Order: sequence, then structure tokens, then C-alpha cells
Amino acid sequence: MEHKTFDAIVIGGGAAGLTAGIYLARAKSKAVILDTGTIGGQLVLTHEVANYPGVESTSGYQLASTMKKQAKTFGCEIKSNLSITDINLGGELKEVIVNDKLIYQAKTLIIATGGRSRMLQVPGESQLKGRGISYCATCDGDFFQDKEIFVVGGGNSALEEAVSLTKYASKVTIIHQFDHFQAFEHAIEEAKSNPKIDFILESKITEFIGTDKLESIRYKNLRTGEVFHRPIDGVFIFIGYEANTDMFHDSELKLNQWNEVEADELMKTNIDGVFVAGDNRAKKYRQITTAVADGTIAALSALDYIHNH
Amino acid sequence: MVLPTNLKHVATAAEHAEVLKNHTNVMICCGRMGPMCLPVYDIMEELQDEYTHVEFRDMMFDSPEAAVIRNHPACRSFMGLPFTVYYKNGELVAATSSIQNRDQITTILDKEFGA
Repeated sequence: MEHKTFDAIVIGGGAAGLTAGIYLARAKSKAVILDTGTIGGQLVLTHEVANYPGVESTSGYQLASTMKKQAKTFGCEIKSNLSITDINLGGELKEVIVNDKLIYQAKTLIIATGGRSRMLQVPGESQLKGRGISYCATCDGDFFQDKEIFVVGGGNSALEEAVSLTKYASKVTIIHQFDHFQAFEHAIEEAKSNPKIDFILESKITEFIGTDKLESIRYKNLRTGEVFHRPIDGVFIFIGYEANTDMFHDSELKLNQWNEVEADELMKTNIDGVFVAGDNRAKKYRQITTAVADGTIAALSALDYIHNH
Repeated sequence: MVLPTNLKHVATAAEHAEVLKNHTNVMICCGRMGPMCLPVYDIMEELQDEYTHVEFRDMMFDSPEAAVIRNHPACRSFMGLPFTVYYKNGELVAATSSIQNRDQITTILDKEFGA
């Protein structure tokens, strides 16, 4: 197998990984960012970014593109849409094996694999994605003009997107598994005051039904156990995110009960020379700004590690 | 009307017909510049060097000319962007709705057009 050696490898090219790449490369460290998907991560899924300090309003795609350009300008290599087939975190040189044929080696490794939208994981969901089931209101909302839809979730995304979907849908029903919402009060009030929005609480969807497209759902009242069947045109799912750490489940990397990477304030994990940054880290708040902060700290810690080893 | 991507575009229904006539294997991603579409364009751009026997194009979903894809029977139940269509010898052989990852795309390319 071919070997490529760097000072630092960053796995993940979202806001945290790109920031780490910018800091590493600007410090003249030989760095590479490896991503299994598109550079930008969840950032490119954000239609509008209006709370990134110093930038009044931009799209997530534009912000990610600028970060990518910055990292490349400083000399950071960036590889996307890779298949990472193995990772060795122990030893002096960390190894990332790509496509079973190329080994990337470095003294330090920053894990910035981010998160992904959580799926409901119920029958019919995968088959009917894009055929009535959606995870993006801005992308697919207009397919549901004058149709009845469900929105799943109780956080800010679910309630805010439910309100935005009333521009298209004739009726929006928010279904949530708890008896209260986790969203901010203003989002709850806005949803509750919208005449097109109904609520079903303490319930969850148990099955999506349809052949060519979504035709109906089954949902269960979690308090009474009663199961309902209801014809529906569409379902939008906003039930939060989970850490992209599947590739580390069998490694010695310490994860918490939600499979998030545990680290100290310097982003050091339990493994020497391995750092973490971004939404895959065990923490409370997940924003572009916190990902950027994590990426900065992880890169500076990695640089410190390189200089001392 | 074309999308601001680095891919080659299909702007009109006539151009769509021309591309199908002139190329045996064609993949067209019909979308917008939204979060579900951008990753697909990005993957297509990267695959161009590897799949030289496939013609990769995009088409603007909101152009009236894109009805040639939007209204295709294979896409009639689609309710998620982008609509990605694959043609062999001018015939539609596969179509997907919503975001797809590299593995999902290459699986179709390999199956329909050969590796």
C-alpha cells in the first residue's frame, strides 16, 4: 500500500475540521483533511447563517466554500468523498487507510467527523425518503403545496420548520414523543399561534406506508398504547443529530453513552496525540461558532503536541 | 438558465435530447443550489475523472425546460430534490429522489454503465 506522511490528519471537513486545517496549515504544519462526504459537512445544509459574528448573512454553502478556500490557500490538502476503511489510533504514527490502498500517517490526528441528522429508524423510512419523507423544509417544502403533512420533533428546528412549511401545506401536524417541547419559548408560541398547525404529543410514528410514495403512517400514543392509522402526503423529520463516530466504535477511543467523543478543554482525547473537534464531541451546545472554536483549540493542541514529540 | 456549478449543464429540452443522442451513458442531476443538491453535484464533479465513459450534467430544476425530467413517469412520485436520472442509449434506466452519497451513486453507475 502507498504511504503518505503528514504532521497532522484531520478527519472531517466541516466547520471544525476546516478551521483546524486553516490553523495547522498557517502554522506551516503539513496537514490533510480527509472527509467521507462533501466538504462543509452540516454547514452546507444550512440555508441561511445569520448569527456568525462578522458576517451579517450568508449561506452555509458560501461560508463552507470560503473556509475551504482559506485552508487550501494556506497549503492544507483536502480530500473529499473518500472511503475510510480502517483507522489505527495507537502508536506514534496514527494511520488512516483509504480505499484499502492508501495509508495516511501523521503524528497527530484530529477527529472532526461531526454529526448527522437522526432518522426515526422505523419501517418504510429509507424506502420512502424523497418520496414523501424529507429532512429539509427549504429543499422540499414546495412539493407539498396544499397538502397535509406531519412534522416530527419538539426542538427549535422542528417548530421553526413547521411554521415555515405552513407557507405550502394546507395543514401541518407536529408529532412529538414528550408532553412538552424542548424548543425556545418564542418558537413554541409562534407554532401554537399558527392556525394551520395542530399538535399530537406523547406519540411517535411507528411505520411509513406506501409503495411508490408515502400514502399513510401509523403512530402510537406512548401513554395509552393506542395505535392510529392516518393517510398523509408528507412527513418532515427534525429529531436532532447524532455523532458520526461509527468508525471508532471498536477502537480504544473513549466515547460517552451517546457515542460522542470525550475530551478535556484542550480537546485531548484519552489517546495520546488524538484530538477531537466539533459536533462529535461530548458537549452541550452545537453551533458553527462552537465548532470553529473547537477546531482552533484542537489545532493549537495538535501543534503543541507535534513540537513536543 | 443554468446552475452555477462546475459541471457541464443542460439548459434546454433540445439540449437534453442532443446529449442523450450523442452519449451512450448519461447522468443528469436536476436540482437547485440547496443543501440536498450541492453534495450530489460535488460527487459528480469528482467522479468525472474516474467514469470517463459517463457524461455528467446538471439541469436547473425550476427552468420550464426541465419538465423533460420533472414530468418523466419515473419521477412522478418524487417529492425530494434533486431528481437524478441515468440514461443508457437514450433510455432512462434509473432515477433517484433526494440526496445520495457517493456509494449510492457509484452503485447505480456500475450497475447500469459498467465499472
